[in-house]
Amino acid sequence: MHMPEPDAAVIARRAEIATALRRIVPGDGVIVSAPERRAYESDGLTAYRQPPLVVVLPETVAQVSAVLRYCKAEGIKVVPRGAGTSLSGGALPLADGILLGMGKFNRILEIDYANRCVTVQPGVTNLGVTHAVEAAGFYYAPDPSSQIACTIGGNIAENSGGVHCLKYGLTTNNVLGLEMVLIDGEVIRLGGKHLDADCYDLIGVVTGSEGLLGVVTEVTLRILKKPSTARALLVGFPSVEDAGNCVAAIIAAGIIPGGMEMMDRPAIHAAEAFVHAGYPLDAEALLIVELDGPEAEVDHLIARVEGLARDNRAASLRISRNDDERLSFWAGRKAAFPAVGRISPDYYCMDGTIPRGRLAEVLVRIGELSRQHGLRVANVFHAGDGNLHPLILYDANKPGEIERAEAFGADILKLCVAVGGVLTGEHGVGVEKRDLMPAMFDEADLAQQQRLKCAFDPDGLLNPGKVFPTLHRCAELGRLHVHHGQVPHPDLPRF
Amino acid sequence: MTRFVPATIDELREAIAAALAAEEPVEIVAGGSKCGLGRPLQTPHTLDLSRLSGVREYQPSELVLTAGAATPLAEIDRLLAENGQMLAFEPPDWGALLGAGGARPTLGGVITCNLAGPRRVKAGAARDHFLGFRGVSGRGEVFKAGGKVVKNVTGYDLCKLLAGSYGTLAALEEVTVKVLPRPETVSTVMLGGIAPDAAVRLMAAALGSPLEVSGAAYLPKGYGPNVSPRGVVLRVEGPAPSVAFRREALRDHFAAAVSSIFDDDESAALWCALGEAAPVSQPAGRAVWRVSVAPSRGAEVAEAVAGALDADWFLDWGGGLVWLAIAEHGDAGATQIRAAIKGADGRGTGHASLIRGSVGLRRAVPVFEPQPAALAALSRRVKDGFDPRHILNPGRMVEGV
Ligand SMILES: Cc1cc2nc3c(=O)[nH]c(=O)nc-3n(C[C@H](O)[C@H](O)[C@H](O)COP(=O)(O)OP(=O)(O)OC[C@H]3O[C@@H](n4cnc5c(N)ncnc54)[C@H](O)[C@@H]3O)c2cc1C
Repeated sequence: MHMPEPDAAVIARRAEIATALRRIVPGDGVIVSAPERRAYESDGLTAYRQPPLVVVLPETVAQVSAVLRYCKAEGIKVVPRGAGTSLSGGALPLADGILLGMGKFNRILEIDYANRCVTVQPGVTNLGVTHAVEAAGFYYAPDPSSQIACTIGGNIAENSGGVHCLKYGLTTNNVLGLEMVLIDGEVIRLGGKHLDADCYDLIGVVTGSEGLLGVVTEVTLRILKKPSTARALLVGFPSVEDAGNCVAAIIAAGIIPGGMEMMDRPAIHAAEAFVHAGYPLDAEALLIVELDGPEAEVDHLIARVEGLARDNRAASLRISRNDDERLSFWAGRKAAFPAVGRISPDYYCMDGTIPRGRLAEVLVRIGELSRQHGLRVANVFHAGDGNLHPLILYDANKPGEIERAEAFGADILKLCVAVGGVLTGEHGVGVEKRDLMPAMFDEADLAQQQRLKCAFDPDGLLNPGKVFPTLHRCAELGRLHVHHGQVPHPDLPRF
Repeated sequence: MTRFVPATIDELREAIAAALAAEEPVEIVAGGSKCGLGRPLQTPHTLDLSRLSGVREYQPSELVLTAGAATPLAEIDRLLAENGQMLAFEPPDWGALLGAGGARPTLGGVITCNLAGPRRVKAGAARDHFLGFRGVSGRGEVFKAGGKVVKNVTGYDLCKLLAGSYGTLAALEEVTVKVLPRPETVSTVMLGGIAPDAAVRLMAAALGSPLEVSGAAYLPKGYGPNVSPRGVVLRVEGPAPSVAFRREALRDHFAAAVSSIFDDDESAALWCALGEAAPVSQPAGRAVWRVSVAPSRGAEVAEAVAGALDADWFLDWGGGLVWLAIAEHGDAGATQIRAAIKGADGRGTGHASLIRGSVGLRRAVPVFEPQPAALAALSRRVKDGFDPRHILNPGRMVEGV
């Protein structure tokens, strides 16, 4: 993985740049010393590290605007950062770029129950939104496992999901309004408390744009009333096929569970050893199905799912009788990452999506790849929406293992694409999957995406080196190849 | 005047390349049902996508369907219904509203106009169900974006951009959408004799309850089964025991106001009619506006306009969608409506679209909400990135876009 060659001339100007930035962000909001900069050298993808040129921690929109205007004028690159939990290296700094930390934008600006929305600054954590409204019985639906730490700004940039997103949507389905600053310092507002866009749906493309289009400074999110009841089933299956068939049968029966998660044998064992949730250790696959809604509905659907599980050869089946028991079913799944972290010095989390019907076949293939690369793997799976998280176990201290883990991961993602799926379901492309983009998109697809980037950031200063495997100049991308006067295929039907 | 009727992606690319080479724009049509939407076009050529039709992949248990962009919606609805599924955003037809009776709405058409019916409040709009596409840009280049699975964040979400772009960025050849189970049962609780401001509060209470209300509208006087004063309708959908429970919960909660309850076909017919804007579609000569505002402001905006002009109106989306019918005098209410959206303090957000109007009116007033300069400039740059010579539906949304 190569980042764009750092510009030595810019690095040489560090002190001068810091001075200029201090004029915009006074006090301790500009960080230059090497040890302090090192605190920002990586995000959740810890295999990659790079201290930034300078760290800036603005507190106002005017400061963000002035910083970006300065960077644009001086041709300096900018990497926005929230909490730094990205698993794809989205917030990985650049040696010749400013790291723009949005952590001080941590205020809830407005709670509006009549319109069922909350307006927050982007540095507010995902869980912070729910905390602000839960006393009134509301919550913010997208719930990434990192929700105590990750920020709304990061969620917007990555279009983050969670275990509830089959029923309640990803971030993109829950954003009503944005304020963002463009690289030229211009502040634009998109949406508000109303639905749908007045012209192009720019909220829709900014969400999931991985910090490449602008810096988000304010967000209005939709909130929902908490369902009155939630109950879960914990079902063990003798094979992955059976579990997969059960998932398909549930969907085919017209049921969209609030959450539907699957774990394979290694993941079950790791989780059970860690939290003692009472998972069946003889199962090849474990399914957690949560139904939420009014009690009458939940009871009705629990009975139907139970029937479908038995029809699909469930070997063990428990139904939560109270909330404590429901949470205990989830405890192992929620702790799956740290649980795997206990049985291996390091692990590498993958994030492809596949058509669910191909699950059994894909897991068999991953097993073969595991033997081939000589590394163990445990699989957790957002079964409802086909989002697979293979956790590759490795030891960074053993020479060559990181490289093998990465090669194994790349093979898994290529497999996901080959069976009709995609490279990433919720963690983003970042630097991690950047060079795999051609497995899914051809040159023309990627060029068109970059033309959108050009409309926002013509000099490519925002988060360069992420998402796109090759950087083209906007002038080059804009060039048209037209064959004047030549009408191809005169036999084409024209009436 | 050429009418291109491509039957394959290659023919589509060649047609656009030919228009580009000649620098002569095309108007994109598929079923022809939405031609009256947007600013009137005067293009030398027509690009008729109707042959790019037919369902290509559909696996009900994957919740995904891929079809030619011009596949008639009716064909998709039929196929989905056979499998107990639906397009959850309730795409309206608007045939009667736009006087395009007989024209057939297509899947690509409802996506590029980002349509949605009353279930918008719970299930989202076309944008929220649009997973992937292949098409040809105004550069005459084939490209694709998104995928054929329900969860995907690989690359920019160009689907969102194309939804609601009215054919000004690319001609879609194939689209993939998310489909969802059709609810087993539906029931509607009607509350009669409610004043507008109370109606908005009542709908907010219902939508802010855990009862998963999937439709909340405020009807005009005399509209709908047994309402003569204005009334609120609330819809619940789902498995029978759940619907029965939630219907009773709504009945208990709003006890004094409940005027009637109706289920199944009668209920389905009402919500279909609301999606079609039936309460304001007659008489035919009037301009019809669709206004999106914060739900709590729906009644205020409607009454501000109706206080100044002779307007019929009703609210959907819990107050967040105001439908207005106004006689075609002057700007047919454009100024009043857009001032009402901004509100007394000038800080209100939202937008008004002229959905029905004569060609003259649609030429004279901004059909879509005018944007602040910086945002308009950005939208223009986005357009230029896809269609630099303005070959595709130029000016359909905004002059220069
Ligand atoms: C243990 C663990 C579990 C996780 N579980 C999930 C999960 O279940 N689902 C899921 O989807 N993800 C998950 N993640 C991934 C990660 O938490 C999310 O991607 C999250 O949204 C990142 O938020 P952040 O604030 O940490 O952003 P960062 O990591 O700081 O940044 C992420 C991206 O956002 C950009 N960015 C940040 N703020 C802004 C802003 N204000 N304006 C513009 N761009 C900005 C950055 O440039 C970068 O590209 C998990 C991560 C960990 C470590």
